[in-house]
Amino acid sequence: MSSQKFESFSLPSGLQVVVEPMSGVESAAVTLMIPAGSVFDQPGKSGTAAILSEMLPRGAGDLTARELSAAMDNLGLQRSVSGGVGYITFSAATTADRIAEAIPLIASIITAPHLNEQQFGPSRELVQQALNAIDDEPQQRLGQFLRRCSYSAPWGNPAEGTLVNIPDITLQDVQQHYNSSICPNHSVIGVAGNVNAAELQDTVAAAFEGWSPKEVVALDADGVEASPKHVEHDSAQTHIGLAWKTVPYRHARYFEAWATVSLLSGGMSSRLFTEVREKRGLCYAISASINTQKDQARVFGYAGTTNERAQETLDVMVAEIRRLHEGITEDELQRCKARAKSTLIMQQESTMSRSSSLARDTLHLGRVLGLQEIRSRIDSLTVDQVRDFALEYAPDSMVLVTIGPDALDASCLKGTAPAE
Amino acid sequence: MQFHQHTLPNGLQVIAELNPSVHSVAAGFFVRTGARDETEAVSGVSHFLEHMAFKGDNRISADDVNRIFDEVGANYNASTGEEVTIYYAAVLPEYLDATMELLSVMMQPSLAQEDFDMEKNVILEEIGMYDDLPSFTVYDTIMATHFAEHPLGRSVLGTKESVAALTSEQMQTYHSNRYRAGNMTLVVAGNTDFDSLLAMAEKHCGSIPTGQCERDLPESIPKQTLRLVTKGSIVQQHVMQMGPAPKGTDELRYAAELLSVVVGDDSGSRLFWELVDPGHVDSADVGYNEYDGAGTWMSYLGCQPDRVEENIAVMTRVFEEVNNNGILQPELEQAQNKVASRIVLRGERPMGRLSSLGGNWVYRKEYKSVADDLKTVRALSLADIDALLKQYPIRMSTTVGVGPREQLDIG
Repeated sequence: MSSQKFESFSLPSGLQVVVEPMSGVESAAVTLMIPAGSVFDQPGKSGTAAILSEMLPRGAGDLTARELSAAMDNLGLQRSVSGGVGYITFSAATTADRIAEAIPLIASIITAPHLNEQQFGPSRELVQQALNAIDDEPQQRLGQFLRRCSYSAPWGNPAEGTLVNIPDITLQDVQQHYNSSICPNHSVIGVAGNVNAAELQDTVAAAFEGWSPKEVVALDADGVEASPKHVEHDSAQTHIGLAWKTVPYRHARYFEAWATVSLLSGGMSSRLFTEVREKRGLCYAISASINTQKDQARVFGYAGTTNERAQETLDVMVAEIRRLHEGITEDELQRCKARAKSTLIMQQESTMSRSSSLARDTLHLGRVLGLQEIRSRIDSLTVDQVRDFALEYAPDSMVLVTIGPDALDASCLKGTAPAE
Repeated sequence: MQFHQHTLPNGLQVIAELNPSVHSVAAGFFVRTGARDETEAVSGVSHFLEHMAFKGDNRISADDVNRIFDEVGANYNASTGEEVTIYYAAVLPEYLDATMELLSVMMQPSLAQEDFDMEKNVILEEIGMYDDLPSFTVYDTIMATHFAEHPLGRSVLGTKESVAALTSEQMQTYHSNRYRAGNMTLVVAGNTDFDSLLAMAEKHCGSIPTGQCERDLPESIPKQTLRLVTKGSIVQQHVMQMGPAPKGTDELRYAAELLSVVVGDDSGSRLFWELVDPGHVDSADVGYNEYDGAGTWMSYLGCQPDRVEENIAVMTRVFEEVNNNGILQPELEQAQNKVASRIVLRGERPMGRLSSLGGNWVYRKEYKSVADDLKTVRALSLADIDALLKQYPIRMSTTVGVGPREQLDIG
């Protein structure tokens, strides 16, 4: 793995900037993460952060929405603003020679958006239509329910908003959300690509100069939605979602958690794929992955299967999750390591994936994990360590959500955690 | 960046674009076969066969295929379309040999009855999954409608009934007719050298049987058609429209790609400003698709069911304004800048290069580097757009709606 260099610095406003100059690429990518996601939506106003994300690029500084869009298109800037649960994330990439011109435009979107009445109506309308569209995609819908049944509010809030709340959200709510949450302290900008860190430092400092720090709102935990939950839907398949607790990215044992999920669902030789799809032909899509917030995390499992085979699918999935600590082999773990190694090395070919890692690592860990460091931490994992983790963190309860014509029998969830 | 090309004695073509400055290497078989090469009786066999390839042969079992791909840390998959079936993997250079061996085994799978019976369940599940996605149903239906009586109208997945009725003997016959060395290209992009690559290809791919394959390329003559799939449980109305556009070998295809960015890109395009920005639709776009001997303009619209007519009217007006007056120079330049940056970013990863290399070779037997692509895009002028619009205006002949509406009044 070739050596990586990072340069990081903080602006007086508290905005952290991390730059990774990369060789062998012509592009550069920027990821800006701001802690202003749907966790900050006020009760009864779920969707405020989503509307704000939609409104941000609709005109900023001296530029109208169309002028801003044309200016970014002319720089070849591929970009997206996504309103997530914890963060609003702005990602962009173009050829490296255009990035210095692009950064002031990106900064203006964040620091000087218009957020006016004219843009509010259409933005709210779009968020509502996007929610309607989610209703037509059972797998996406399932994800929303799974989150609400796994995390207490507001951390279980759907990033996309809640349909019934949308009509009650006003422009003032959106402006209020902007004023209280869009602040440089606790925000990070990651830049990766064919760039010079020193030159970039001046560009970023100048572009974000007027952005002033704010007091960050503290959040109170509220209730978790009850489960098991079934949502009736006239669909060809029953969509099954399972969730259980694991450790977040910043936890000392995160890589052990990663390895256990990788054993379950890391590749086509992983346990869920082998047992549920290859041996029994029960489904086409099956997966498990870690959903991590800063201080808490869950494993989310998914399978979609025709209704008459749904019960067996659920039973087999749960049995595999329960026996995760059993019979872990050296070869099995080695395959997880091999996949991790090539994923890490191939990251060095993508400025987009590097810039987002820079921003995410800084927010979750307070520093960037080098690819070499990740690799040696993964390489040093032993079968015993992974088995111990699987035992210690074996789910004593799981959240089950299903979407389909009929509810399933959830008695398979009632087992107890294995004892050693 | 160095391009190489070679044909093995059995007729397998090997093409490679090698780049020592990247970390990985991607390899893929592009087999010139797909749904359009099927008959009604075996609808879905191309895609089912693609799944069966992962079951290996007498020497390397299904478990071995999955295990070895994971052991070498491959980023791998396969896909089946109307015209091409692709099997590919990206790995670190030291694992290219093992990967090529696996991919070659997949070109000659044993198609064991037991595996066939089990995998049929998985295919039926996949059909069920797509049944629950209106955005897919609308695509499958419009292809069948626009290309009615034409091979391109065949469904890639097939139907529950056609897949259930398929036998392994039928699949065997299809395989021996279509998976011949002369009908495949081995495409490689990334960090390796051509001599060792050729040695690997000779070692692993020499046993693929020789032979060429024919494909009929009939003209498609779409009729003005409106078709609705009504489902009360769907919230939004999903509407696709299709009209004739340049064929895959037509020089006008470059202008068509650029024009689709000006008119129907997902942001900053004419449709975006008229429909998405004001919040009238959830999404609206138009794209250009190229095929062997055919081409289409294809638009998509997702909106509230009671607003379909007004939104389609806006879309049609946008298209007719372009058809009648062309586009403006600043729009052209903006689209050129967008497309150029996409080409550069996609081209940075071997996986990104693989599809472009393979596509150009399978459809046109031509090699185009990233620099060639950039030059082509930069050279396009308003005159090229006008020439395109004269021959292929954006005018839709086929409309398909999926959602709650039972009738549509779209003139």
